[in-house]
Amino acid sequence: LFPQAPRMFAQSSWPSASSVLLLVLLGCVLCPPAQASKSSEDIRCKCICPPYRNISGHIYNKNVSQKDCNCLHVVEPMPVPGNDVEAYCLLCECKYEERSTTTIKVIIIIYLSVVGALLLYMAFLVLVDPLIRKADPYTQPLHNEEDSEDTRSLATVPAPAGARANTMLERVEGAQQRWKRQVQEQRKTVFDRHKMLS
Amino acid sequence: MVNAGDMNGSGNLMDFLDEPFPDVGTYEDFHTIDWLREKSRDTDRHRKITSKSKESIWEFIKSLLDAWSGWVVMLLIGLLAGTLAGVIDLAVDWMTDLKEGVCLSAFWYSHEQCCWTSNETTFDDRDKCPQWQKWSELLVSQSEGASAYILNYFLYITWALCFAFLAVSLVRVFAPYACGSGIPEIKTILSGFIIRGYLGKWTLLIKTVTLVLVVSSGLSLGKEGPLVHVACCCGNFFSSLFSKYSKNEGKRREVLSAAAAAGVSVAFGAPIGGVLFSLEEVSYYFPLKTLWRSFFAALVAAFTLRSINPFGNSRLVLFYVEYHTPWYMAELFPFILLGVFGGLWGTLFIRCNIAWCRRRKTTRLGKYPVLEVIVITAITAIIAYPNPYTRRSTSELISELFNDCGALESSQLCDYINDPNMTRPVDDIPDRPAGPGVYSAMWQLALALVFKIVITIFTFGMKIPSGLFIPSMAVGAMAGRMVGIGVEQLAYHHHDWIIFRNWCRPGADCVTPGLYAMVGAAACLGGVTRMTVSLVVIMFELTGGLEYIVPLMAAAVTSKWVADAFGKEGIYEAHIHLNGYPFLDVKDEFTHRTLATDVMRPRRGEAPLSVLTQDSMTVEDVETLIKETDYNGFPVVVSKDSERLIGFAQRRELILAIKNARQRQDGVVSNSIVYFTEDPPELPPNSPHPLKLRRILNLSPFTVTDHTPMETVVDIFRKLGLRQCLVTRSGRLLGIITKKDVLRHMAQMANQDPESIMFN
Repeated sequence: LFPQAPRMFAQSSWPSASSVLLLVLLGCVLCPPAQASKSSEDIRCKCICPPYRNISGHIYNKNVSQKDCNCLHVVEPMPVPGNDVEAYCLLCECKYEERSTTTIKVIIIIYLSVVGALLLYMAFLVLVDPLIRKADPYTQPLHNEEDSEDTRSLATVPAPAGARANTMLERVEGAQQRWKRQVQEQRKTVFDRHKMLS
Repeated sequence: MVNAGDMNGSGNLMDFLDEPFPDVGTYEDFHTIDWLREKSRDTDRHRKITSKSKESIWEFIKSLLDAWSGWVVMLLIGLLAGTLAGVIDLAVDWMTDLKEGVCLSAFWYSHEQCCWTSNETTFDDRDKCPQWQKWSELLVSQSEGASAYILNYFLYITWALCFAFLAVSLVRVFAPYACGSGIPEIKTILSGFIIRGYLGKWTLLIKTVTLVLVVSSGLSLGKEGPLVHVACCCGNFFSSLFSKYSKNEGKRREVLSAAAAAGVSVAFGAPIGGVLFSLEEVSYYFPLKTLWRSFFAALVAAFTLRSINPFGNSRLVLFYVEYHTPWYMAELFPFILLGVFGGLWGTLFIRCNIAWCRRRKTTRLGKYPVLEVIVITAITAIIAYPNPYTRRSTSELISELFNDCGALESSQLCDYINDPNMTRPVDDIPDRPAGPGVYSAMWQLALALVFKIVITIFTFGMKIPSGLFIPSMAVGAMAGRMVGIGVEQLAYHHHDWIIFRNWCRPGADCVTPGLYAMVGAAACLGGVTRMTVSLVVIMFELTGGLEYIVPLMAAAVTSKWVADAFGKEGIYEAHIHLNGYPFLDVKDEFTHRTLATDVMRPRRGEAPLSVLTQDSMTVEDVETLIKETDYNGFPVVVSKDSERLIGFAQRRELILAIKNARQRQDGVVSNSIVYFTEDPPELPPNSPHPLKLRRILNLSPFTVTDHTPMETVVDIFRKLGLRQCLVTRSGRLLGIITKKDVLRHMAQMANQDPESIMFN
């Protein structure tokens, strides 16, 4: 089982790092409900009382715990005199509700940030990337020259490290190119040839 | 391409950036797996682990971990599927309300959450609170009047278009496989087909994100089908972490079946219904072990969703019903009528939708997917806004239709004329005459019904994630509620008729229109998808009680009978046929009297079968054969004269083996003899080193004789999951039948176009 750990990464692709991060973030979503603390904003007892004689219908909300969630504790001020309270309360229906505001906030903000990140990446892929690719064949030799000059002048970065940085960039580039090819294939299958998914 | 092994000091961490090597035993894209081989490989692996477990404590622990890895995968799938469903529910809740207004105190609250702590206790103002403002109030400080209405209308349409455009762009740029419902393709994958990337990580991410966007944009679609796809993507992701599942396609499909059950479970809050749905609709092979594991995954997913609590009342679905009023035998007649309506609607929807999708596939309409989405969204938003029943999200509409009217309901549907002297508790209100609000609600519902019926036909199948459970249920609920109100008013005004006299006294609560809405929803859903048991179980898990099983069953059975009278296929099978997926349905019956000779290739007049010989072909001959033909495999015979069968060799493995041999082994050149026997053949001296390929040979290919009836052959293909079957006569090889040939033959026998079966 455990020897599979390096294989686990070997068979994934570059976007798996971002999706693992997403999973970790989603894991945080499960943390807030696990916390026992409930702020006063998060619980309420809602009593719905229908019209009774000449009193119109009302809805009463109050922040009480579940054991106090009944007509006597929530309906204040009581619109009927003391001997009618029981009859009035029989008509009322009380429900205990709770929510978790932190969960809602965390989830919405995570979702918006994911959508924002995807939007930025999409803008990059559609607008900026083709311009970079077009300029590549002309700036490539210049770029290499600049790189080697930089490493010589700095004299702090050893040469193998510079070579490694290049190859890592190359590998990221390669992975991204492969992913783009895959998506292009999928797009051709679905959108152009209509071979799948009608 | 830089080879990972040549880099010094780069470490294993960067290995994931390199292209994975295809190794022997994996399958190519758009091919069918060999179920028998996967099963035997799994048995081998299990036997090896069991035998090694006796050697040391560490091996024993490894064998225990291997046994538990299945349960760990189920747990992880349940957790992730439940989490994603919770995220989707909360985000949809918020974004749907974003079209109409915004919460000023905290922008991430939906309308209901914003007004949760409001102190408005008077009944009329309960939906208004100062923190929530509509867009017209925010922008021009006006909340009533024509200009406010027009501004709200305009912004509603703008937001809807914005969401839909964003969704279709994301799908197009990042994951084109994320469009559609997903269930037809998952059915095909579970039957043994390989679609690489369909259950990938980018598809998972994009499908989740765009599902929220399209549901919030007000389009007439649901999220249940796409949730099954999302859950299967989670299943695929976790099964790739364990080698037991990542290397064996057959075992992986067990995990995917269970993941599909978890998906339906979180969509409806119905774990048992989810397992039955996976068993009935989605899975191909469903061993008993998968049943128990699916149930576990479905339970974990439901529990996770419940702990996230997206709807604030510990319910998993927005339209959970909580009443238990009884129903009466005489009401079975309108229930059966609703079943007939469901069946008719199902037939109409399937025929129209398939015709429209076929037009999208073949004509110029398919060249403008983004424009199509925008136009349909615009039409939906423009027509939906004026009608209050279509303006809100479909789940809220279903929730309102399912719920019985209490004493304090403010919706127009509950605008009954109340008796001022009435002193009954909230859940036992007697039948009352309808007020003017109910009449206006009825014709608004009728318009909404017609609109939904028409627009769903065009919406399902577009290039965005789209499900059709919720729209079908909405159509059925609207029809059911209208029938229910009709029956209720009939019972109130004519309580002295014979049929009502026995069971409906005046002043009693006899008819529950909400129940009719539920029965209508079940009927329409059953008419479209042709689900039987799983539908009833899902619906009664939704209602939380067993009282309504009989009406639900009556409606489901009637709708299935009526719909089957017009066409045998449900919507998912119809889409499988439309796309030409190689799906051999277990439900079809093959009753023709053809024989294997009628179907096998080569037919009379065609080129003879391309075979490999046991030990008389050279490497060059084999390569030429592979290059000139595109068959997936070649039978191996003793020699060209005596065509006695030895085995079967796969094309992909031949290519890989020859490539490896040329690179690695010494002395293997184009003139080397290729042999499949144990010992090398007699060769003259000075001949090049021969190449032994016995290890890639399948020594037990399935054979039938030429007079085997096709009924038996189809049964063999279905039950064993074969890809090809060889035909022999008196021991001599005659021809080959592949799965595609079987499907083409069945299509021909059913008078369909046999050329519509695509793929391999």
